[in-house]
Amino acid sequence: MTEQMNHEKYLVSIEHERLSFFTPVGEVKALNDVSLHVSPGEILGIVGESGSGKSVTSYSLMGLTAYPGRIIGGDLWFNGHHINDMTEKQFQKMRGSEIAIIFQDPMTSLNPVYTIGNQIREVIMLHTNKNKQEANERAKELLTLVGINEPDKRLKQYPYELSGGMRQRVMIAIALACEPKLLIADEPTTALDVTIQAQILELMMELKKKLGMAIIMITHDLGIVASMCDRIAVMYAGHIVESGTTDEIFYQPKHEYTKGLLRSIPRLDSESHTKLVPIEGQPVDLLNPPKGCPFAPRCRACMKVCLREMPPVTTFSDTHYTQCWLNQKNEAEGAAQGGDAK
Amino acid sequence: MSQNILSAQPRLNPDDFLPATAEEKQSLEFMRPSVSFWKDGFNRLRKNKVAMVSFWVIIVVMIFAFVVPSFYPYQYAQQIRGSERLAPMQYSELEKAAIAAGQSVFPHFLGTDKLGRDYAIRVMMGSRVSLLVGLVATAIVLVIGSIYGSIAAYFGGWTDLIMMRIVDIIYTIPDILLIVLLSFALKSPLSGLAELPGWKWVNTVGVNLISIFVVFALLYWVSMARIVRGQILQLKEQEYVTAARALGASNRRIIKKHLLTNMIGTLIVTTTLQIPSAIFTESFLSFLGLGVAVPMPSLGSLASDAISGLQTYPYLLFAPSILISLIILSFNLLGDGLRDAFDPKLKD
Amino acid sequence: MNRYILKRILFGVLTLFIVATLTFVLMQQVPGGPFVAEKSISAAAMQAMRQKYGLDKPLIVQYWNYMTNALHGDFGLSLKERGRTVAEIIATKFPVSARIGGISILLALALGIPLGCIAAMNRGKAVDNVIIVFSTMGIAVPSFVICTVLMYFFGVKLGWLPTYGLTSWKNYIMPVMALAFYPTSYIARQMRSSMLDVLGQDYMRTAKAKGLSENKILYKHALRNAILPIITYVGPLIAYTLTGSFVVEKVFTIPGLGGEFVSSILNQDYMVIMGTTIFLAALIIFMNVIVDIGYTIADPRIKLK
Repeated sequence: MTEQMNHEKYLVSIEHERLSFFTPVGEVKALNDVSLHVSPGEILGIVGESGSGKSVTSYSLMGLTAYPGRIIGGDLWFNGHHINDMTEKQFQKMRGSEIAIIFQDPMTSLNPVYTIGNQIREVIMLHTNKNKQEANERAKELLTLVGINEPDKRLKQYPYELSGGMRQRVMIAIALACEPKLLIADEPTTALDVTIQAQILELMMELKKKLGMAIIMITHDLGIVASMCDRIAVMYAGHIVESGTTDEIFYQPKHEYTKGLLRSIPRLDSESHTKLVPIEGQPVDLLNPPKGCPFAPRCRACMKVCLREMPPVTTFSDTHYTQCWLNQKNEAEGAAQGGDAK
Repeated sequence: MSQNILSAQPRLNPDDFLPATAEEKQSLEFMRPSVSFWKDGFNRLRKNKVAMVSFWVIIVVMIFAFVVPSFYPYQYAQQIRGSERLAPMQYSELEKAAIAAGQSVFPHFLGTDKLGRDYAIRVMMGSRVSLLVGLVATAIVLVIGSIYGSIAAYFGGWTDLIMMRIVDIIYTIPDILLIVLLSFALKSPLSGLAELPGWKWVNTVGVNLISIFVVFALLYWVSMARIVRGQILQLKEQEYVTAARALGASNRRIIKKHLLTNMIGTLIVTTTLQIPSAIFTESFLSFLGLGVAVPMPSLGSLASDAISGLQTYPYLLFAPSILISLIILSFNLLGDGLRDAFDPKLKD
Repeated sequence: MNRYILKRILFGVLTLFIVATLTFVLMQQVPGGPFVAEKSISAAAMQAMRQKYGLDKPLIVQYWNYMTNALHGDFGLSLKERGRTVAEIIATKFPVSARIGGISILLALALGIPLGCIAAMNRGKAVDNVIIVFSTMGIAVPSFVICTVLMYFFGVKLGWLPTYGLTSWKNYIMPVMALAFYPTSYIARQMRSSMLDVLGQDYMRTAKAKGLSENKILYKHALRNAILPIITYVGPLIAYTLTGSFVVEKVFTIPGLGGEFVSSILNQDYMVIMGTTIFLAALIIFMNVIVDIGYTIADPRIKLK
C-alpha cells in the first residue's frame, strides 16, 4: 500500500524498476531493481560511472529507451501518469511539456540544418496554441532568460554559428519553453569547459528558483552534486547502492563504493606525491551480472556472502539507506550489543 | 554472533561474514581473451555466410576459367564443321555418326555458336579474360594509387597540394570516353608494335584490352590514391605515431610498422571492391565491340553476339550473362564482407 | 561562397579544355587520316577531300581552327555522313538520349530514395533484407545483361513491348527501366546508409524528447539531413546515364547520341567522334559543377565556412 501513497506524494516515483536490452549477443541487464523518488521542486543527483544505468533510468521515464531496450519489471510514476501503461501518443503529449531533458553533447544535440529559432519555436507551437509570431516572441524571451544576448540575431542563426556553451543554453531554453515540472539534465556540462560549466550550473539553479521545477542531475562528477543537489542516489551496475541527502552522502557515506568515489577525488590540500586512490577492478559485465552484490569483486570489505547474495536494504534515516551486507552486519552487531552501532 | 540477521534469514551462517579471499573474487571477473586484429577479422569473416559463399563461388569460377580449359577437349577458336548452332547437349549429324561408329565425342554442355565453336569452352575463356582484366587492372590501380597517395600524404605541404590538384583534374575527366578514344587512337601504334619481334602477344590480347590497361593506369588509380592518402593522414595524426617518434623510431619503421598494418585492412577492402568495377568496364566495352579482339571471347562480347539469335538460341545469351553477373556480385559481396570484418566502423 | 563557385566553374573549364585537347591529339594518331579505308577514291580525289576538310594544314593551325570553331558550336562536317555537320547530328540525336536519360534519372530518384528510407526505418526486418538483396544485385548486374534479359522476356518471349525504334511510348519502357536499374539500386543503398547514420544522431533524440510525432521527426528532421549526401551522387549519376546510353541505344536500336558515338568509333568518323566527345564531356563536367554548387547551397554548414 505504500506504493500508492508514494506516487501521490512524489513527482517521480520509481519502484523496483528492471530494464534490459535484448541484443543479438544476449540480454544486457541495464537496470536491476532501481527505486527512487523526486519531490516537486527538489534536485536529485544520480551519480555513477559509465554503464551504471543512470541515464537509462531517466530515459525510461520519458519513454526514450532506445531499441532494443524494454522495461521488464517495476512501477514507474510521474506526475500522476503510470509510465508502464502509456502509449506513444501519450508520451508525445508529455514530452517537452511536463518533462524535458537536456543532453550531454550540445554540439550534436541540435539539428544542423535548421535555425535556432525554428528549433525553439517547434516545441512551443507543438504544446501550446501560439502561432508563429507569438512563438517567436516567446523564443526571444527564453533566450534572454538563459542569458543569450541579441536574441533577434541568434534566432536566425544555425547551430554551427554558436559556441558549445551557447548551444547548451539553447538546449535549456528548448527544455524550459513549456515550463515542465521536471527537468532531466544528463551530464549537461561534461562536454564543456570548466568555466562554462560553472555558468551553466548557475543558470540552472537560477531557473529552478524562478520556475520551481524539479531537476534530476545525472553526472559522474561529485563536485557538481555537492554544490547543487538536495539528495543523491549512487548507482552501480543497475542498482542504487546508496541514497541520502547531500550531507549524509558526503559526511556519512555507508557503502564501500560511495566511500571509494569520495576517496578517489584528488584534493587540493593533499601533500605532493600523494598517490591517487582509484577503485580497483573492472566494471561489471552486464551480460552476465554476478548473483550477489555487483560491487563485491571490487570491494575492500567483501565478504563471502556478498559474492553469493544481493544484500537487503539497511535504513539509517528517513532519507538515508544502502544495500550492503557490511551495513547489515554492523547493524545487527549494534543491535545485539543493545546500543547504537552508527 | 549476529543473532538478528541469522534468525531473519536462516540460510546464512557465521562463516558467510568472513572476508572473501582474492580467488573467490577473481572467479567472478570475466576477462575476455585478447585476440589479434587478423584473427578477429578472419573469425568475423568466417561467420559471414554470404561472404564465404561468395568466396567459394569465386574460387570455383577461377578453376573453371584458368584450370579446366587446359584439360578441355575443345579450343575456343576451334570451329567444328557441321556442328553449328547446336543446343546444349545436342550432337550434330556428323558427331552422332561418329558415336555410332564407336568413337567418343565429348558433349557440348552449352551447345555451339554460329561458327560451330563449343560454347562451354568459349564461356570459360571469356571468364578468364574478364577475371584477368579485373585482377591486372586492379593490381595496376593498387600499385600506382598507393604509391602516389602515400607520397602525397607523407610529405604533405606543397607536394601534397600539387599532387592532389592533379588528382582532382584527372578525377573529373570522363573515363569511358577516354577509354574509347584511347583504344581508337592506340590501334595503329600498337599494331605497329606488334610487328616487332617479341611483341606478337599484343595482337592476341588485342589493342583494345591494352588500351583498357593503359587507361586504368592513367585514370583509375585516383580514387585509390585519395583513399590511401586519407588513411595515412588520419593515421599520421594518431597519437601512437607521435609516441613512436618520441621513442626514436625512424621514418621507415613508422611507415612500415604502424601505418601500413593499419591501412592494410582498408586496402584489402578497397582492392576487392575495385575488381568488379574493372571487370564491369571490360565487359561493357567488349559488349560494344570495343574490347577484346576476335576470336578471343569475352563475356561481354559473347553476350553481344547472342542478341541476334535471341529468338531461337537464348542460351547463348544466358550463359555469359549469368556468369558475369555472378562474378561481379561475388566480388562485391566478398568486398562487403571483408569491410564488415576488418573495418566495423565503416559498417552502417 | 562566390569564390567557391567561381573556382569550381574555372576548374570545369580547365578540365574541358584538357579533354578537348587530348581528344584532338589522340585523333591525330590515325595514320593517313580518315579516308584511308575508302579504296574507291583516287589520289587526286583524296587530296581534294583533305583540302575541303582542312586536313592539309599544319597541326597547330588545325588545332586552333578547331578550338575556335568549337566555341561557336561548329564542330565541323561529318566525314562519313556526307553533307551533315557534326553540330546538326548532335542536335538531332541528343534530345532523344536526354529524354530517356532524364526519365530514368527521375525514376531512379523517385524509387531509390523511398526504398532506402523504408529499409533504414525497418532495419533488420524482412523489408530491409529484401531491399538490401535486390539493391546489391542491382549494382552487380551489368547494364547490358539487364537490357538483353529485359529484351528477351518482354520483347521476344512475351511480345509485350517493342524491341527497337522509338515509335510509341511503349518503346520507352524497356530502355528507361534498363537504364534506371543501377542508379535505383545505388541510390537505395546510399539512402539507407545515410538514413541509418542520421537516425543514430543525437539531434534525433532531441526531436523525440520534444514530443514530436514519429512522422514529423522523420520528414522534418531525418530526411533533410539524410538526403544531403545523395545530392553529391547526382553528378556521377548523370555521367553514368550518359555512358549507359551507349549500351541501351545499341540493344534497343534507338537513334540517340550514345549510339551515334559508338558507331562513329566503329566507322572511324573522327570529326563526329571529336565533336561528340567534347559535347558529352562538357555535359558531364558541367553537371558535376552544378551539383557541387547545389550541395554547398543546401548544406548550411558549408555555406558558412
